[in-house]
Amino acid sequence: MSIMVGILFAIGTYLILSKTLLRIILGTSIIGHGVNLLILTMGGLKKGVPPILGLNEQYFTDPLPQALILTAIVINFATTALFLVLSYRAYSVVGSDDIEQLRGFDDE
Amino acid sequence: MMNNLIIGPIIIPVIIGLVLVVFKNNLGLHRYLSLFATVLIGLLAVLLLKQISTGGIQVLYLGGWEAPFGITLAADTFAVLLVLTTAIVTFCCLWYAFSSIGAEREQHYFYPLCLFLIAGVNGSFLTGDIFNLFVCFEVMLVASYVLISLGGTRMQLIESIKYVLINMISSFLFLVAVAYLYAITGTLNLAHLSIRVAQSGQDGLLTVVSLLFLIVFSLKAALFLFYWLPGSYSAPPTAIAAIFAALLTKVGVYAMVRLFSLVFYHDPGTTHLFIGALAAASMVLGALGAVAYDDIKKIITYNVVISIGFVLAGFASFSLVGIRGMVYYLLHDMIVKALLFLSAGTVIHLTGTAKIRKVSGLIRLHPQLGWMFFIAALSVSGIPPLSGFIGKVFVTAGVFHSAYYWLGGIGLFTSLMVLYSVMKIFMNVFWGHTNLTAETEKGTTQGLLPPIVALTALTIALGLGAEGIHSFVDLAVDGLLNPNLYIDAVLAQNVK
Repeated sequence: MSIMVGILFAIGTYLILSKTLLRIILGTSIIGHGVNLLILTMGGLKKGVPPILGLNEQYFTDPLPQALILTAIVINFATTALFLVLSYRAYSVVGSDDIEQLRGFDDE
Repeated sequence: MMNNLIIGPIIIPVIIGLVLVVFKNNLGLHRYLSLFATVLIGLLAVLLLKQISTGGIQVLYLGGWEAPFGITLAADTFAVLLVLTTAIVTFCCLWYAFSSIGAEREQHYFYPLCLFLIAGVNGSFLTGDIFNLFVCFEVMLVASYVLISLGGTRMQLIESIKYVLINMISSFLFLVAVAYLYAITGTLNLAHLSIRVAQSGQDGLLTVVSLLFLIVFSLKAALFLFYWLPGSYSAPPTAIAAIFAALLTKVGVYAMVRLFSLVFYHDPGTTHLFIGALAAASMVLGALGAVAYDDIKKIITYNVVISIGFVLAGFASFSLVGIRGMVYYLLHDMIVKALLFLSAGTVIHLTGTAKIRKVSGLIRLHPQLGWMFFIAALSVSGIPPLSGFIGKVFVTAGVFHSAYYWLGGIGLFTSLMVLYSVMKIFMNVFWGHTNLTAETEKGTTQGLLPPIVALTALTIALGLGAEGIHSFVDLAVDGLLNPNLYIDAVLAQNVK
C-alpha cells in the first residue's frame, strides 16, 4: 500500500513539473489520490467488523480515516473542477497552455 | 463552558451569502446585507470576548458529540481578537468596494464570495480540530481562488493559476501531515493531541511531522515560501487584494502559532529556532524586494512578507514578552495592511499607473489621501505613537530576551528598509512637481476615502489606546503560553 502511495506521488510530481497545463492538473489529481490512500494506510489496515454498538466482536475497524477521505475527495473534486475551468479560461485568453507562456506579464 | 454563540461567526456569513446568491440583481441588498453580516460578527466577537474574560475559554461540541470524538469549536481570547479584527477589516474593505469594484464584479457574486471567505477565515480561527482546520482552510481558499480570478483579465488568470496550484499542493501536504499525525497519535482534536504528544514526549518522528506542518503553514502564511505572493496579490482589484493581504496570510500565521504553542511546544530548540530562521530569511528577502521595485503594488506586497517574518520572529522567541508583542503586532498588521493596500490602490486608481516614477505631486490635488498614506507608512514601519510601535517594541524585547540577537538585529534593520520603501512611494508620488490636473485623472476619490479614514483612525486609536486592549492581549498570551488552560476547557471531564 505504501509503495503504491509512493508511486502515485512520483507520477504526480513528475506531471506537475511538466510544462503543459493539463498535465499539471492531472498531476495534482493523482497526488490527491495518493494522499487519500496514505490516509487509509495511516489509519491502520486492520480486519474487524463495522463499528456499530451491539456487535459482539473484539475488533472494530476505525471509521475516522474513511470520513476524512470522503471529505478530502469532495474538496479535491471541487478544486480540480475549478482549476480545469480556470485553465480553460486562461488558455482561451492567453492562447497557449504552455507554462512558459504564462510567465509574468508585460508592463501595463 | 458550552456556548452556542461560537458558531455565529462561521454560520452568519454562510447563511447571508447563500441568501444573497438568490437575489442576484439586487445590488443594494448585496451591499448592505454583507456589511450587516460583518457588523453582526463584530458584535458577536465583542460579546464572546466579554464572556471569555469572565468565564474562561468557551467551547462548543458540534452535534453534541463531546471532545475528543466530535468536532469541537473552541474560542479563546487570541482567536476571538482575530475574529473581531477580521470583521472590522472586512467591513472597511467591503465599504471601499462599493465605489471601486465595478458593477460587473458585484453582479458576479463578489459579496457572497467575500462572505464565504470570511466564514472560512473565522472557522480556521475558532476550530479545535485539526482536520476541521483543513476543511476551513479549503472553504477560505476556494472562495479566494474565485475572488482572485473574478473579472477574468489576462493578468488575473495567469496569476490565479499559479496561486491555485501552489495552494493545492500545500493542501495535499497538509493532508499528508494530518495522516502521519493520526497514525502516531490516533486523534485529531487539538487538545487531545496536545495531551498525547506530551505523554509520549516529542520524539524525532513527531518533530519531523511538525516540520511538515511548518512547511504547509509557511506556504499559506508566505513565511519564506512566499514566491507566489507578490504576483498573485498584485493581480486582483484593490478591495480584494486588501482583504487577502490583511486576512489570508494571517490565517496561516494563526494556524502555525496555535499548533506550535499547543501541540508541538516540547522541542523549541529545533522547531522554534527553525521558525526564527525562516522568519529572518523572509524579512531579509522581503526587504530586498520592497527596496528593489519601483512599482507600488510590488512594494506593498513585499511589505506583507516582511511583516509575516516579523510576527513570527516574535513567536520564535517563545517568551512572554515576545508573544505579547506578536499578538499586538498581528492585530496592528491586519488593520494597517488593509489601510496601506486601500490607500495605495486609490493612488493607482487616480493615476492609472503603479509606477512611482510616472506620478508626482499628488498631494496638491489630494491632501487628505496623501497624509493618510503618510500615517499608514509610519504605522507600517512602527513609528510611535501609531499602532505598530508597541508590537515592535515587545517583539524586539522578547527576541533579545531569548538571546536571538541576530533575529532582533535583522528585525530592526528591515524596519528601516520598510520605512525606506514606503517613504519612497510617498516622496515620489505625493511630493514634487504636480504632473496631473483634476481633468487628466483617471478616476475620482468619491466614496473611496471614508473607509481609509476609518482605518487610519483605528491605527491611531490602537497606538494611543493600546492600554485599552491590554487586558485582552494578556489573556491571549496567557492562553498561548499555558496549553493546560485550553486542554482543561475543551476536555473538561472526559479524558484525564
